[in-house]
Amino acid sequence: MRKMLNVLYVTNPDAYLSRDGENVVVRVDQDEAFRVPVHYLEGIVTFGYVGASPALLGLCCEKGVTVSFLTEHGRHHATVQGSPRGNVLLRREQYRWADSETRSAELAGMFVMGKIVNCRAVSRRFLSDHKDVTESEDVQAAHALFARNVLKLHKGIGLDEVRGIEGDTARRYFGILNHLIVAQKDDFQMKGRSRRPPRDNVNCLLSFLYSLLMHEARSALESVGLDPYVGFLHRDRPGRASLALDLMEEFRPYLADRLALSMINRKQVCANDFVTTDAGGVFLKEGARKIVIDAWQKRKKEEVQHPILGEKIPVGLLPYAQALLLARHVRGDIGKYPPFFWK
Amino acid sequence: MMGPYNEDEFLPLSGIQHFAYCARQWGLIHLEAQWVDNLWTAAGTAMHERVDNPHAIESRNPFKTMRSVSLSSCSLGLYGVADVLEVHNGKEHGKYNLVEYKRGKPKEDDCDMVQLCAQAICLEEMLALSIADGHLYYGETKRRHVVKFSSDLRERVHTLATAMHHYYRMGRTPAPMRSAKCQNCSLSAICLPKLGANQHKIDAYLAAAVLDATKN
Repeated sequence: MRKMLNVLYVTNPDAYLSRDGENVVVRVDQDEAFRVPVHYLEGIVTFGYVGASPALLGLCCEKGVTVSFLTEHGRHHATVQGSPRGNVLLRREQYRWADSETRSAELAGMFVMGKIVNCRAVSRRFLSDHKDVTESEDVQAAHALFARNVLKLHKGIGLDEVRGIEGDTARRYFGILNHLIVAQKDDFQMKGRSRRPPRDNVNCLLSFLYSLLMHEARSALESVGLDPYVGFLHRDRPGRASLALDLMEEFRPYLADRLALSMINRKQVCANDFVTTDAGGVFLKEGARKIVIDAWQKRKKEEVQHPILGEKIPVGLLPYAQALLLARHVRGDIGKYPPFFWK
Repeated sequence: MMGPYNEDEFLPLSGIQHFAYCARQWGLIHLEAQWVDNLWTAAGTAMHERVDNPHAIESRNPFKTMRSVSLSSCSLGLYGVADVLEVHNGKEHGKYNLVEYKRGKPKEDDCDMVQLCAQAICLEEMLALSIADGHLYYGETKRRHVVKFSSDLRERVHTLATAMHHYYRMGRTPAPMRSAKCQNCSLSAICLPKLGANQHKIDAYLAAAVLDATKN
């Protein structure tokens, strides 16, 4: 497996990115705040109105470093990328598959199966840790539903049904997340999933983590030569990276939700880290964004045995490993796409 | 000599050494535009940066030396660049000598020879002459090694070129071929040579997840 390089996250909106030789230089008010050789990086993610020089962007394109510009709350503005990797033939095959109802249903089923199996791993953990809690009955019921949904997917069903199962699972899953929060319960209560804008602290934290995951999924797909905009589970919608969203499904519970839960339960974030706007949207304060990014970076460095590749890889490389397997499946090397199941 | 291929169909000549080494490696590089440097390839690049300078034409008797010379062949359907082309100015006036620079030392397989011979076939076609031999220069031995362009070697070049065009037309990356070579291949992490053979493992893995759900 390739080596995991670093992603540079720039959260200071007054920062400016420039190039000095082969180095990425972050300046704040003309002063150099940080400098790193470009070959240490695989991506740069900026939050807020961070500027970057064309020379720096050119260097990043040349070295295959993806640069994403997000709003301070993590919504995507733009991604700058060099010439696409991979080839038009692979992408064409991907488009043909996306046009085929059967192929799309099959792949969408795999992404959703990955998601549900990993949702089950989240609920299973809770059940084994909290046998005596009254809420466990709720969780138990959801856990059983997830199992039924896995079996339904296994039968080989149509695309609409796959999407139905996905929605059904997501509702139940978000419904039990509150039970999995065992500390700071007053400050962290989820009132259903809300995204635009997130309306409570939990949703806010989840949205922010999903935006970090999104950057990883998008650049993983690009680097193996797939088109992140043409998906199977998610329908085409202008400007939406549907395949990146597809690929994210199996990772949401494992990489983002679990991290959010443990940050809340370990009190790494608190109510004070969030602001509510007059319109009711909830956002992370700048200092708290740093805390979350630090936790994310740490999580990415943890190692995990990849069940198909048969080697230990850092968690941060999982999106790349899965994108690679997806490309190999579309290429015809393997007959099925194996999602990553968290054991 | 006109050949079966027109310029639109030309493939990079440098690919023939990849193809001779491992057809899948060629497919990953030339069909899928995947490339990963490792220690060996980086050393090769560094070496070529010194060799490849098209503007440095030297005349040192009895040779005129040209670097990075563009070549192509309609019969092979290949185009590329020769590292060094020397033209004899003296007694053997008009004799052409191709030199290809390689990192390391002479190899057991014929990849390097195949590449040099393909270059020679290009040159023969472009200048309507015949070339009997050329040189491979190896960075480790720091010596030139003569390569005779035998009819067997020429035959092999034509066969490989035809196969390359075949795969290119189909747009299909050749299947993995597991061998000892995989260990030194910079693309093995992308190729996943073991994966194809592991289909049963994937099936079992998926089945296990479903079985687990039945147990609830």
